[in-house]
Amino acid sequence: MRRGLRRAVAASAAGLAGLSLAACAPGGDGAPADNTSCTNEIKVPDATRVTLWAWYPAVEQIVDTFNAQHDDVQICWTNAGQGADEYGKFSTALEAGTGAPDVIQLESEILPTYTILDGLTDLAPYGADELEDQFPAGAWSDVSSGDAVHAIPVDGGPVGMLYRADIFEKYGVEPPTTWDEFARAAQDLRDAGYDGYITNYATNGGAFNYALFAQAGWAPFDYDPAERDQIGIDVDTPEARQVLSYWEDLIDRGLVSSDDAFTSDYNTSLVDGTYAVYIAAAWGPGYLEGLSDADSGAAWKAAPLPQWDPAEPVQVNQGGSALAVTSQAKDPEAAATVAMELFDDEETWKIGVEDAGLFPLWNLALDADWFTDRRYPFFGGQQVNRDVFLDAAAQYPGFTFSPFQVYAYDRQTMALYDMVEGPATAADALATVQDSLVRYAEQQGFTVR
Amino acid sequence: MTSTTTERAAAPARPGRRRGGPSLLDTKRQWWGWLFLAPFTVVFVLFLLVPLAYAFWLSLHTKGIATGGESVFTGVANYVRVFTDADFLSGMARVGKFVLVMVPVQIGLAVAIALVLDTLATRLSKASRLLVFVPYAIPAVIGALMWGFLYSPRFGPANDIFGFFGLDAPDFLSRDLIFGSLVNIVTWQWVGYYMIIVYAALRAIDPSVYEAARLDGAGDRQIAFRIKIPMIASSMVMIVVFALIGTLQFFTEPTVLRSVAQGAIPTTYTPNMYAYSMAFSYSQFNYASTIAFALGILVFIGSYIFLYATRKQSGLK
Repeated sequence: MRRGLRRAVAASAAGLAGLSLAACAPGGDGAPADNTSCTNEIKVPDATRVTLWAWYPAVEQIVDTFNAQHDDVQICWTNAGQGADEYGKFSTALEAGTGAPDVIQLESEILPTYTILDGLTDLAPYGADELEDQFPAGAWSDVSSGDAVHAIPVDGGPVGMLYRADIFEKYGVEPPTTWDEFARAAQDLRDAGYDGYITNYATNGGAFNYALFAQAGWAPFDYDPAERDQIGIDVDTPEARQVLSYWEDLIDRGLVSSDDAFTSDYNTSLVDGTYAVYIAAAWGPGYLEGLSDADSGAAWKAAPLPQWDPAEPVQVNQGGSALAVTSQAKDPEAAATVAMELFDDEETWKIGVEDAGLFPLWNLALDADWFTDRRYPFFGGQQVNRDVFLDAAAQYPGFTFSPFQVYAYDRQTMALYDMVEGPATAADALATVQDSLVRYAEQQGFTVR
Repeated sequence: MTSTTTERAAAPARPGRRRGGPSLLDTKRQWWGWLFLAPFTVVFVLFLLVPLAYAFWLSLHTKGIATGGESVFTGVANYVRVFTDADFLSGMARVGKFVLVMVPVQIGLAVAIALVLDTLATRLSKASRLLVFVPYAIPAVIGALMWGFLYSPRFGPANDIFGFFGLDAPDFLSRDLIFGSLVNIVTWQWVGYYMIIVYAALRAIDPSVYEAARLDGAGDRQIAFRIKIPMIASSMVMIVVFALIGTLQFFTEPTVLRSVAQGAIPTTYTPNMYAYSMAFSYSQFNYASTIAFALGILVFIGSYIFLYATRKQSGLK
């Protein structure tokens, strides 16, 4: 009995040793002992290995292209989830002091959240400060502050209006170009017998609602990463009230629905004719194409975002992402190379545009004929980049987000839901958000200006 | 803690020897006892006591994001903050409401079903027992996802069912109905489990008790309420404590349903969800630990009051 036990212990110890040996094996001689398992295949086993978390569609092809072109650096890619899922893991790794990847895909709106936690490496010393003219000005301002470059822009979300041309035609309504026309079109569609909604206003669309406010000139945060204990919070402004009252009115009149975004019900409504308009970022069409139960007769067209003042159009951005080097990067120089060079290549961008539906924030791709003239079958061959998104991206001025953006979005969702469901008005909702953000900022040790 | 249990367990085995020192045999036995306890003790200390102590240590410190990530000892300041935090208190009030509604509904149903199954002796009773128990075998996340689809205005059956009678289906995921929708999911999931415990306790009663009661002229209903239920009181107390603690720590179902009802279920819906988002969405690990500890204290107090109030029934007196 006792001998049997001893043998069992010995066997399991041998098993464990075998496991750890196996875990070491792919590293090879001289390569950094790295226990991370890569989703992609490493082509040059001896090269410096850089770990990457990214959720881009088609990222595997893009990583393979990079690895094939580089002998000295190889990317080891993992999909750690999209957006909030990945951020949760990254935040935990930062708190733990270990476990973060070398390079990480982040939305630009979340960058201040991590710069204040010292989670990102400034890329300027690695040559990123010389890349400014490769990117649209607004996109560059979103990833940099002062002399520091926190991330390299990759894809953007200039916002346009995608609409169902067949529905507008059927009910004899002209697609709107201003928000006044939009409200009128909503009523006209209903009067003509359309039983859907002109569009949906999602209370949980954090970034989307920020973009709509920003179009009216809303700049809620005054924050500079160089002065990390100072912040100005001005959520409850006339501009925000104007935009929110506008939507509250349309919702109250039953012309706009207020379903939660990103649920399966919402996805179906997007494509089955329940909503006639989808106000969307440039990645929106790719999102629509992936949805099922679509109307077979749907004829989608893209148009510029409706304006408050057509004489002074303002363009906005929703989402998109950038590549940042984390503060835990083992070889910051190699990691910076990956962040700067993963997408600086036309071949890569053809994959990104054609297979992944991304909108590049890289001037050489934005200026290339194959991109500007590209005809999208989804839009019946319309050149949507030329017609809508290129202008929107070029005119987007940038936006300052808070260093606690997830909290700000959650509070906004709560307040907007209260407005839509209950007696609260647009002004109440904005005042609630303002109060909770100021209180939170003070608890976090900020001096609120 | 482990040593007291061993001593207490060993005590009846050596009456009368308490005054003298333990014999050599006893010492040897104790070593064996420790050896057998060791695997559990290691896991218990490593994965429960140490993390608890660490979380408590965290809860006494504060790290504001604006103060350069420096952790400062602030004593009970976080506890003062949590017990004046409107989000935490409203979450506590909400789980309190869940306790008031969900626990009686679950226990009532479980006992009713168990009593009925106990009196049946047909093949049907075995089949029904299994059917009532099956939801418990489905992982909570899968169950909640499934209900999310059933509640969906577009994919769920409610529209068809109500439409058949010419009515509009209610939106089960709206703010007004989400409470009932969650009660329904949890009840569906847990009634079978509680039923099995109650049923097992009922089967353990000697049938001769029923015969005696019948001879004394007791009817079926009197046997159920005057004989069976008092005799299984200790099991009932146990399942109520399970239900009470589970409900105060409510997390999985609302978190899963939140993916389809972000408005109706905010991140502060229950204290556990609040702690989770504090830690993993906002990087507030210190305050999250405080919320978790505050919840733990309240759960402890709640369970203690309940166990004290029912000490006669449970036999803990």
